[in-house]
Amino acid sequence: MVKLHISTIINGEPEEFLCEPEETMLDVLRDRLSLTGSKEGCGSGDCGACSITVDGSLICSCLMLAAESEGKKIETIEGMSDGETLHPLQQKFLEEAALQCGICTPGMLVAAKALLDENPDPTETEVRFWLAGNLCRCTGYDKIVRAVLDTAQEIRETK
Amino acid sequence: MNDANNKWIGKRTIRPDGADKVTGQATFGADTTMPGMIWGKVLRSPHAHANIRSIDTSKAESLPGVKAVITSADVTNYSPEKSVILGIQDMRWMTRNVMAREKALFHGHPVAAVAATSQKIADQACKLIEVDYEVLPWVVEIDDAIKSDAPILHEFIEFEGKPSNIAGTLEHKKGDVQTGFEEADVIVERSFTTRPVHQGYIEPHACLVSVSADGRATIWSSSQGQFMVRAMTSMLTDIPQSSIRAIPAEIGGGFGGKTIVYLEPLATILSKKSGRPVKMVMSREEVMRASGPTSGSKSTVKMGIKKDGSIVAAQGTYYLQAGALPGSPIRGAVGCAFAPYDIPNVHALGYDVVSNRSKVAAYRAPGAPIGAFAVECVIDEISEAIGMDPLEVRLKNAAKEGTQAAHGPVYPRIGYYETVEAALSHPHREIPLGKFQGRGVASGFWFNAGGESSSQVNITEDGNVVVTTGHPDIGGSRASIANITAELLGIDYKRVSVLIGDTATIGYSNLTGGSRVLFASGMAVTDSTEKVIVSLKERAAKIWDIDPEAVDWEDGYARPAGANAGMFDPLSLEELAERATETGGPIGAGSQLNTAGAEGGFATHMCDVEVDIDLGIVRIIRYTSFQDVGRAVHPSYVEGQLQGGAAQGIGWALNEEYIYDSEGRVDNPGFLDYRMPVCSDLPMLDTVMIEVPNPKHPQGVRGVGEVPLVPPLAAIRNAIYDALGIRFYGLPMSPPVVLEALEQGEAAE
Repeated sequence: MVKLHISTIINGEPEEFLCEPEETMLDVLRDRLSLTGSKEGCGSGDCGACSITVDGSLICSCLMLAAESEGKKIETIEGMSDGETLHPLQQKFLEEAALQCGICTPGMLVAAKALLDENPDPTETEVRFWLAGNLCRCTGYDKIVRAVLDTAQEIRETK
Repeated sequence: MNDANNKWIGKRTIRPDGADKVTGQATFGADTTMPGMIWGKVLRSPHAHANIRSIDTSKAESLPGVKAVITSADVTNYSPEKSVILGIQDMRWMTRNVMAREKALFHGHPVAAVAATSQKIADQACKLIEVDYEVLPWVVEIDDAIKSDAPILHEFIEFEGKPSNIAGTLEHKKGDVQTGFEEADVIVERSFTTRPVHQGYIEPHACLVSVSADGRATIWSSSQGQFMVRAMTSMLTDIPQSSIRAIPAEIGGGFGGKTIVYLEPLATILSKKSGRPVKMVMSREEVMRASGPTSGSKSTVKMGIKKDGSIVAAQGTYYLQAGALPGSPIRGAVGCAFAPYDIPNVHALGYDVVSNRSKVAAYRAPGAPIGAFAVECVIDEISEAIGMDPLEVRLKNAAKEGTQAAHGPVYPRIGYYETVEAALSHPHREIPLGKFQGRGVASGFWFNAGGESSSQVNITEDGNVVVTTGHPDIGGSRASIANITAELLGIDYKRVSVLIGDTATIGYSNLTGGSRVLFASGMAVTDSTEKVIVSLKERAAKIWDIDPEAVDWEDGYARPAGANAGMFDPLSLEELAERATETGGPIGAGSQLNTAGAEGGFATHMCDVEVDIDLGIVRIIRYTSFQDVGRAVHPSYVEGQLQGGAAQGIGWALNEEYIYDSEGRVDNPGFLDYRMPVCSDLPMLDTVMIEVPNPKHPQGVRGVGEVPLVPPLAAIRNAIYDALGIRFYGLPMSPPVVLEALEQGEAAE
């Protein structure tokens, strides 16, 4: 089968790749571009472990065809920190132990960042419903929700 | 060791593996690749029960891109006649679980596997394998499986002299229940059912295996024990353990479900046959169809109580689903059921029942939540019958130091009583409830475990510390181990690196399970670190030319003590490391221990619910766990265990279940229809950590990971009764079930 040639921007860098028409964005990120921070927990858009943003919108990369990324701006977990400087959410997740096994963490962080970019002062309920598409089986979400709320407050206070 | 002067034990340090996990750099099971790697896929049975007459792989083998095809003929066989035990597993069943042998025993059971240059070709090749099945009658539910005319899964399993689906029993007896019930003022007997539930780890099973031309295998995989992976793969492939190096990937959740192998032996055989590294990753559907959930169950519990609140007799009978091959957790069910209580007369009996479902695997306190669910519901009812608060009944009958448990041990110092006391005096109990709201309580016990652990503590040439242990870190254990090491050495936490060794770089360590890791590896690391401190003191003594007994180790320094106090400047860890060559060479010590004294863990949970009577949805509005945690070496990760266990219990109680269709196939093999709690389903989960240090552990550690899943099922059920006046006897209490009960209640009025 003839492969498609796709030009896109991933974490601010121009990126080109070849893919088959049916390949998902997640498969290309993981298997062709070695960006394995996005995880496959279900392949059906139910767990959110593969969360990325496309032109700023939060999506499950397992539900997106890679070919759809032509000309788009993709952000993944690998682009979240600024070199050695962690994003405030990443730092807060560490300080507040908002992860146990860590498999959901990349998707959870990408989703939480998308929330705070849109709503810098969310309520607990807003955080819970925004993150309802990101399954975590270890934590019971308590420390995750607290970390997101505390980060939001910290960002607001430092602005 | 258990005081407020600790610098690191009890502190909320940043976990050593944390930065990798928040940046996407951590390497989980499916994240490793190799040059020349190809992909393995499994062909699975489309039938719930069928004899396999023949398998023709020739068409698949001739498909371009296919490099190897295997069937059960390639996997080491163990005769069903003779038990071959490895840990808590029996290799007779493991070989039949990783690949169907005589029979396909459940829908999704592996029957063949393929390795090909792409996933697509591997999928195509699976479709070209021709299997001649003789379809057999099947059975999935307990009641159907134990009928006299039930389809029999294994002719070689006999019960009461006849082929049977009852594969085993376990019984605990204390006193005489008949006499005990005669003393009771009130006797309540109830029957219960629970459905199988999956561990629900977000990371599907995954591995990469490379077998070299000389037959040496390297396995990268996500599991709860690299040594378990090595041993099981060795026994299923006939490659000696010395020729297998199992490298633990970061594990994306296990909860017991990754204590056995599924893919590793298949990938090893495929790699050996093809001469290429083989990667295999399960889909979520494969995880749900073919990896182990925990058992569904049916049970009957009878308890007798006197008007003064003393429980005088208790009897429990449990049937647990094993899945297609023997081995349900009846030990956890019958052993833990009555364990929080000092009851003079106890009889607990469990049956292990096979049926055409995927083989169960361990799930967080295996069997114990099932055992406790029935008992804790009945305690709620006997308490009501005598008009006594259910917490007061628990307090009155609480097991203490010296209590003889029905499952055998006489308890040392335990903290169950304290959990009930804490619940009784907690502000949660005073919060007023509204309409359709209710409050419930329940308790639980888990054995905890010790066993084999190894560690190595090395001082680097620049005076820092590298600790290696042999247990996959499933919830932050590296941070706790770093806390312990830094405390003992009296140095900054950041100077300690903690790594998990592979099977070639650290001594044998039993798997991550039974809530044993921090108990056992804490002991091993303490032992190694203490040996290192002895060596450091000897080296300082040599430099100072004094007796090693006259050297103290304090705050990261060797100091002259006794008569020599103040005679020499203290020597730091860095200085001693720098002078290691002249004082005896490398500084480090290893330990290989078989640990004992884990001692049990207890918890009491309090839960408030609100029922949406129009939709039948039960919402958890408040939740508090009270647990004896021994010693919280890293409080955040102990709280995390309590919260995570409660959340899994909430899922088990309210929504999770396997639904089978009319052909014996799982009908909800995905996260959309298998409904685990999501973030918007839950409130904050409060925890009260009670520290009754384990007297048999250097830091007072008790296992904390499993107890939290034991009380929630009954706590929620009892809360729903408080809200609605309706007692449920089966799980899950999902919206359709609750709605139906509400409608029946209305009809009855």
